[in-house]
Amino acid sequence: MKPENEALVQFPSLSANEALARQIAAAFAAQMDPTLEELGDVKTAVSEAVTNAIVHAYPDRIGPVSLRLRRLPGNVLELTVKDKGLGIADVAKAREPLFTTGGAERSGMGITIMESFMNSFSLRSTPGKGTVVRMRKKLQGRGGAE
Amino acid sequence: MQYTSLLQDKRLTVLLTGEIDHHSARQAMEAITAKINVYLPRRCVLDFGGVTFMDSSGIAVVIHTLRAMEELEGEVCLANVPAQPMKVLRAGGIEKLVRCGAERSPA
Repeated sequence: MKPENEALVQFPSLSANEALARQIAAAFAAQMDPTLEELGDVKTAVSEAVTNAIVHAYPDRIGPVSLRLRRLPGNVLELTVKDKGLGIADVAKAREPLFTTGGAERSGMGITIMESFMNSFSLRSTPGKGTVVRMRKKLQGRGGAE
Repeated sequence: MQYTSLLQDKRLTVLLTGEIDHHSARQAMEAITAKINVYLPRRCVLDFGGVTFMDSSGIAVVIHTLRAMEELEGEVCLANVPAQPMKVLRAGGIEKLVRCGAERSPA
């Protein structure tokens, strides 16, 4: 599906960049006239995906994380967060609510929240090569559906 | 993030201000736990009135506070929770564990 607009950013896996990724996603989504709730959902989902990359993909080093944003026909926002880190050996286990291998500051609810706040969610991971999370959300916008 | 605390009749209110994410969560946990250990309250109210964004790291902050208060046989309440953090808390089922929203901070 050909995007009407797109952006690609890459940043190192520093936790300070979680806020940066949220702000970039919010700024990109603004052109789609989202409601405050929709904007909150998008920022939350991006924060979860980027945090997972920072915490789990690169536990012992700093590596690259990319965020691709695409505006698709029908006012659909697509977010793709990609890393080249450790990968996930057991994706099914990782998707279980409350499961986490992160520290005390992780709740194990990140994937559950991404799934519930966005319209679609997919996770592909190859151990040793990295993980790709892709999410889509149709934004009704402040003027209602198109 | 910033933290301001008030103690009144064994009720500790911690006013949270800013964004709660993985980057700030550990600091928030340590700050709240330190205040609980100093004041030994019966009730800890986390006032979310100044929270402008929260992801699932905020759930971990609440659970961490709950565990600290359980050691004192006390309770945790959440106050003034804005819509975005409330949606995250509800997704995490936190309403089953703590009272949310109704209690207001003392003026």
